Amino acid sequence: MTAVISSATASPSVAALRAQFGTAIEGAEVSCGDSIVYVTRERAHDILAWLKDTPGQQFNYLTDLTAVDYRDPERPLEVVYQLRSLSRKADLRVKIALRDESDLEVPTVWDLWKGADWLEREVYDMFGVRFTGHPDLRRILMWETYAEGYPLRKDFPLRGHFSRGEQTRQALAANPEAHYSLEELSIAEVFGELPADMQERLARGERGFLK
Amino acid sequence: MSDTRTVEMSLSTPTLDAAGRVRRVELGLSGSGGGYDEEFGAEHLLVNIGPQHPATHGVLRLVLELEGETVKRCIPHIGYLHSGFEKLGEYRTYNQIIPLTDRTDYLSPMANNVCLALAAEKLMGLEITERCQVLRVIACEMSRVISHLVWLGTTGIDLGAYTPFLWSFQERERVYNLQEAWTGARLTTSMTRVGGLMADIPAGWEDGLREFCRTFPKTLREVDTMFTRNAIWCGRTQGVGVLTYDEAINYSLSGPMLRASGVDYDVRKDRPYLGYETYDFDVPIGEHGDIYDRYRIRMEEMAQSVRIMEQALDRLKPGPINVSDPRLILPPKSRAMGDMEAMIYHFKQVMEGVKPPVGEAYLGIENPKGELGYYMVSDGTAKPVRWRIRPPAFLNLAALPKMCEGALLADVIAINASVDIVMGEVDR
Repeated sequence: MTAVISSATASPSVAALRAQFGTAIEGAEVSCGDSIVYVTRERAHDILAWLKDTPGQQFNYLTDLTAVDYRDPERPLEVVYQLRSLSRKADLRVKIALRDESDLEVPTVWDLWKGADWLEREVYDMFGVRFTGHPDLRRILMWETYAEGYPLRKDFPLRGHFSRGEQTRQALAANPEAHYSLEELSIAEVFGELPADMQERLARGERGFLK
Repeated sequence: MSDTRTVEMSLSTPTLDAAGRVRRVELGLSGSGGGYDEEFGAEHLLVNIGPQHPATHGVLRLVLELEGETVKRCIPHIGYLHSGFEKLGEYRTYNQIIPLTDRTDYLSPMANNVCLALAAEKLMGLEITERCQVLRVIACEMSRVISHLVWLGTTGIDLGAYTPFLWSFQERERVYNLQEAWTGARLTTSMTRVGGLMADIPAGWEDGLREFCRTFPKTLREVDTMFTRNAIWCGRTQGVGVLTYDEAINYSLSGPMLRASGVDYDVRKDRPYLGYETYDFDVPIGEHGDIYDRYRIRMEEMAQSVRIMEQALDRLKPGPINVSDPRLILPPKSRAMGDMEAMIYHFKQVMEGVKPPVGEAYLGIENPKGELGYYMVSDGTAKPVRWRIRPPAFLNLAALPKMCEGALLADVIAINASVDIVMGEVDR
């Protein structure tokens, strides 16, 4: 186990970003040969759009979008964008550090890459990061009424917050196969035809059999 | 809201009335001029497919908005097989994560094992031995063949062709036998370790793979005869589920899905690992972005995999499969029982695990489904802070609503089959 820091230098995109955005670039590092750029949340969308569309950068492919919660409670939660330029065969990792745990919000990149749709939903589902401007931000892997919180956060114990019995009870009661979201009911425009009490229950966010 | 709208909410014989007669749907012709009145007659049906449905390839649930037989909107629901692998990985040492990777994309377990080992090795800046590289290439290509064979067979069944399913599963069985002879398991292979392999191939194993490489192309040709110019197959697949070049990139597709749309991106060529740049093989690229092109690409990829495996077998030289660092590789049990130093290393590894330095690494490999990427963050302890799976099937499936827009209900089955999803990986 030698070679901790790779001898590879940072991607030329880092210098270009510094020249273009100045203080919005909070830092840069190289880890295992991968270039990482830290950007401010406020300019993140501009920076990602610039990286995507500027000739010479052309990071047109969003390889991955995820988040990291560190074991170190001092270290902020980070949203990670793994970018790839298919034509230039280059990679770049862009990170946004969210220092305030009560304000986990970043602008969506759904308008830049449609592939971000489910990826952002997953980060919201697992970490509770809200993506402003996302057209359909709801849970994706957990069911909609899941009440235990955000599983991939470090303050979430491996076995969950609730007891085993309570978890089983809630999972069975969720009955997601019998559940149609309001959006889906609006497909059939059936909502107005439902009995009044059911409409009320749905509006309150209650779920259950809707047959 | 018009009074005449009817709503169907399940697939259970919705078009029959209580007496068993076919229910008539009002045509919705407006009184004046006999034109089609959108407001009056546009019946939008809500149809639910899954999560238990043979054609959704696992526990996938699709809610479809239909106008007549045309799909207006498709809303996929996933998560039924969510196992929390990424969370589990944070509580396990690097070598303990390998069994978890078997169970994500369970149609190509060996390729997942390889990806995890490579990601951990990238984190450590580790060079693996040459024999290990070649064996891992063989493992990846075997996985590609069996995964594509499952895809071929099940897609054939979805579109009404049963025979190629039997042929492809027969061939898959032969690869599984080889896999079992090597790793001891058919599905939960767990064949890599950080810095090497769990085991070397048994004596005479190469002959089995050579025999497979020799005879398998014949089956490919037979399937090709059955499908490629088959009028029904062409009719069901050509021009269906089309994604353009730009859409395919914008939706972050990968693998055969991306290449069918004409995008020349194969991780093996563009970001080579395991010495793939030294192998001689071609990457098939489609031009129409439809199901037919995806089929052609997967067929060609299997033929190319055979080429790669043959080259790898030629290169296979005797040698060590593991790096020689005793802090990474368990000593043989016989030594651990008798030699003090070996016993200490054994104890340290079993009790503590392999410790990479502080850092993070993303490593993508070309899995059968597309680019499988493991993003690992280490804080210097034996367990990763974050083990992120970049799941190709998840991202490919995310484009399903786009592909289904305007398609027929029957096409949804074909399009969904062409994505080649495996729910273990989509839901993780």
